[in-house]
Amino acid sequence: MLEVNQVVKVFNHGTVNEKRALDAVSLTLADGDFVTVIGGNGAGKSTLLNVTAGVYGVDSGSVVIDGSDVTKLPEHRRAKFIGRVFQDPMMGTAADMGIEENLALAMRRGKTRGLRWGITAKERAIYRTRLADLDLGLENRLTSKVGLLSGGQRQALTLLMATLQKPKLLLLDEHTAALDPKTAAKVLELSDRIIAEHHLTTMMVTHNMRDAIAHGNRLIMMYNGKIIIDISGKEKKKLTVEYLLEQFGRLSGSDEADDTLLLS
Amino acid sequence: MVFIAFLNQMPNSVAQGLIWGILAIGVYITYKLLDFADLSVDGSVATGAAAAVMCIVAGVPMGLALLIAFCAGMLAGLVTGLFHTLLGIPAILAGILTQLGLYSINIRIMGGKSNVAISASKYNLLVTSRDDRMLATILILLAFVAAIIVLVYLFFGTEVGNSLRATGSNPNMARAQGINTSFNKVLGLALSNGLVALAGGLLAQYQGSSDVKMGQGAIVIGLAAVIIGDVIFSKIFRNFALRLLSAVIGAILYYIAIAIVLRMGMSSTDLKLFSALVVALFLAVPHFRGVYLSRRGGRIRA
Repeated sequence: MLEVNQVVKVFNHGTVNEKRALDAVSLTLADGDFVTVIGGNGAGKSTLLNVTAGVYGVDSGSVVIDGSDVTKLPEHRRAKFIGRVFQDPMMGTAADMGIEENLALAMRRGKTRGLRWGITAKERAIYRTRLADLDLGLENRLTSKVGLLSGGQRQALTLLMATLQKPKLLLLDEHTAALDPKTAAKVLELSDRIIAEHHLTTMMVTHNMRDAIAHGNRLIMMYNGKIIIDISGKEKKKLTVEYLLEQFGRLSGSDEADDTLLLS
Repeated sequence: MVFIAFLNQMPNSVAQGLIWGILAIGVYITYKLLDFADLSVDGSVATGAAAAVMCIVAGVPMGLALLIAFCAGMLAGLVTGLFHTLLGIPAILAGILTQLGLYSINIRIMGGKSNVAISASKYNLLVTSRDDRMLATILILLAFVAAIIVLVYLFFGTEVGNSLRATGSNPNMARAQGINTSFNKVLGLALSNGLVALAGGLLAQYQGSSDVKMGQGAIVIGLAAVIIGDVIFSKIFRNFALRLLSAVIGAILYYIAIAIVLRMGMSSTDLKLFSALVVALFLAVPHFRGVYLSRRGGRIRA
């Protein structure tokens, strides 16, 4: 479903701040894979997601989604394939538009937008049922401005928007990091449910090792722009935080992991 | 006496306010919806005026003349949009560059002159400041404003219109939903400047001439109208059409205020200073409201 081939991404080329964020990274996700991505600050996990989504171009290498080479496609044209939820709850929704208006925008992801009416009555019924599934009481607040919602509600709504049109690939970029623990757990549980229900190929970046172990069928760890650990299937089920830390120390030759990875 | 003189002046203020209200709707689209302070407005008012006046003088039917003015404004907006999206020039600067370039273009449109007169006694004008036709002028302008509000309202209810609002509200989200934000910015700027130029075409007829300098400070007046309308009516008017209407009312209030201060003896050359201060004052209102609320521990919406 997703093929990242030998992707190199360098920031601040030719300056003292030059940073090789992705160093010839290759990654292949099969249909229905749910991979969690961990790594310290600056390991390249968010860059990997952003390069996949088209926020940045690549210096070399290619990105292929469901057989189409999207390496040269701008962000908005890749959106046809990709649903995204961001770390910042403000980022995934338009604050001064209504809940139903946001959903209507998401409903038209990857479609040509014309002079047809922006929201139809038929859609509204769909939104109401889908919102009711979230169990947050949003189904009765269709016209409320999204800016009035809490961070958790906004992330749940963004998640619904990302999956309203079934995406080929769902990208979750530390989407629970800005939430309080209780809300974070709720949003994660919801993510799990939606991913399973729609059989979505998913990449989830997280800071939290326990979450990375508990969710998905595959785990990769990044360090210095490279994937240094890639575990899936039965092996992944047996993973422990201690084992990961030990592996990380061995492979990266440092023990800086403790601080950056154990946070939260 | 002063009061009666002021009342006599009222229809004039209302007519001017309605014309500038159309311009304010254009400014509303860029400033409020796209979050883009578009300074090309100062140039495109005069472009619309020049295009409309030259057409009317050449015998082009009124409707077509105004349509041409509208299209000329759209082109101006297109240029600003391309400066910004294609060449990566910051919004304010892109507008200033267009505005500057339009000065030369506007003189070219007017056949090398900086001023072309168009008298209501020689041409069959749609609107004029002549007393005997004041009522008709105001009714025509009301019809224009109503039609424009309806059309703009309908447009922003469509798929494209919604995507344009999303572009202004949250470009990151818009792109993630497959919206071409660059295209939308250009489209919004073109639409906005089209309306501004249409207002220019009406304004030229109303004042009886097209002048290359007539757009000077237009953006400030447009912003004044939008902001005055917003500060006064944002609590009552939630509906989008009413928001547009509040910008028009803002423009009328602005011209009434101008009439009052002129009656009170302010020199007309001090008007620009007055406009600048009015805008500064009304821009400060939301800011100080926020400061006040946060001091009292109230909640402010980000």
